Amino acid sequence: MKEEIIIAGFGGQGVLSMGKILAYSAIMQDLEVTWMPSYGPEMRGGTANVCVIISDKKISSPIITRYDTAIILNQQSLDKFEKSIKPGGLLIYDPSGITRAPERTDIKIYSIDAIEVAASIGNAKVYNMAVLGAYLKARPFLEMKNVVKGLEKSIPARYADVIPKNREAIEKGMEQAKLVLE
Amino acid sequence: MTEKILMKGNEAIAISAIRNGVDGYFGYPITPQSEVMETLMKEKPWETTGMVVLQAESELSSINMVYGGASCGKKVMTSSSSPGISLMCEGISYMAGAELPCVIVDVMRGGPGLGTIQPSQSDYSQSVKGGGHGDYHCIVIAPASPQDMYDYVDWGFELAFKYRNPVIILADGIIGQLMEKVELHPVKPRRTAEEILRDAPWATTGKPASRQRNIITSLSLDANTQEEFNRKLLAKYETIKENEVKFCEYHTEDAEYLFVAFGCSSRICEAATDILREEGIKAGLLRPVTLYPFPEKKIAGLAGQVKSMMSIELNLGQMVEDVRLAVNGRCPVGFYGRQGGNIYTPEEIVDEFKKFNNLK
Repeated sequence: MKEEIIIAGFGGQGVLSMGKILAYSAIMQDLEVTWMPSYGPEMRGGTANVCVIISDKKISSPIITRYDTAIILNQQSLDKFEKSIKPGGLLIYDPSGITRAPERTDIKIYSIDAIEVAASIGNAKVYNMAVLGAYLKARPFLEMKNVVKGLEKSIPARYADVIPKNREAIEKGMEQAKLVLE
Repeated sequence: MTEKILMKGNEAIAISAIRNGVDGYFGYPITPQSEVMETLMKEKPWETTGMVVLQAESELSSINMVYGGASCGKKVMTSSSSPGISLMCEGISYMAGAELPCVIVDVMRGGPGLGTIQPSQSDYSQSVKGGGHGDYHCIVIAPASPQDMYDYVDWGFELAFKYRNPVIILADGIIGQLMEKVELHPVKPRRTAEEILRDAPWATTGKPASRQRNIITSLSLDANTQEEFNRKLLAKYETIKENEVKFCEYHTEDAEYLFVAFGCSSRICEAATDILREEGIKAGLLRPVTLYPFPEKKIAGLAGQVKSMMSIELNLGQMVEDVRLAVNGRCPVGFYGRQGGNIYTPEEIVDEFKKFNNLK
């Protein structure tokens, strides 16, 4: 298997850390990964994106321009990356950041109201984990135990007490992800 | 079982320095390599191994601190990105002249001038051909993954001390920023004073009665003495060329067409090679791992086998000059590059390859 993913949104939404947790979870399942951020003169509130590749074979190019999955958290990113999803691919988006609905009809689409999930848990920082939950529901190839290990590896030891809330957000995200287009 | 950790290339440099017994790091922050010093500062190795980590006031200071540490036989290093390396070039030339071992990491960004902060490979010529003044060469090694970044710190010091010569790890913004899993090898402790005396008998470690003074200098006012020294350097470079050339091959055994690419570009060319092979076109890839010494014999050999070669670089065409010298007219040599921090995709390289080779 090979899964080429882009995660895109505003800086501060946890785009890069979601990618890291996803990549670490895959390593815990003995898969190969690359995590390549777009970096530049970035600032808080500007756009941020990261490409994650997960494969059961050695990965050559970390640079990709067509995606099996796009995880989209704002309108700018939807405008930029919707057309680059491979036919038959997957789009996951948070409708609260979107003013124009996705137009593609040849892909599978899920929406996740991650702000609502984060609010119900009472911690805005777990927003990105709710989105990750939606992804794990749509692409169920990672075992939950490896995702938890990925979380533990990614979060610095001094913040270990937030791991249960992050896990809860992943599980609620899985429950509340809505299939928009099959 | 060895531990596998997800880390950036830049983080791998820092962690490797600590785990491989490096004595000192002196640097000044610059994108896209600032994580090297950030990671060192976070890990606080001065509390564990005793490694010194110091943010100097400029790149000039950092390279001269490296000069000082290396003079004492210590394993010392610095890292920077393109404009910072330009500032260090005087110091690098002095170190080559004083025959001092050290490791310098260049995580290249677009230039000239302050340029961009995005990835580039446009300091090939600077690193391989000199950069500073005078007849000298650094040993230049080019990583293509965070694992390479981790491994090459130790390898770099091994080469540096073996030949008493500065070593440049020539990386780029992609390899510095890319996260992949890195396997950590067993820890090597820092060298003891006795081990330094054994490995660096030339170093200024305090003069005992039993030997003459050790002098570290790059100054010689007598033409004959200087010429003799230049020829000694030449002999050293010839030995390095003989012993240390390293490269990776991908589908070269039956290749009819060859890509030559280093660092991040070799990864993208590997994907381009796969695409062409799927179409039934026998492409292959040679990745020079040592840029100095350059794998000229290997390339000369392949020139008799393939219909053409293409050098793929994130610059205006620098390594291609060395490829052409090695090929020496025996097959056509093409070039494709992107600049300014833009990066080619495998598909783009396939298109350019077909244009150059008149293939559909």
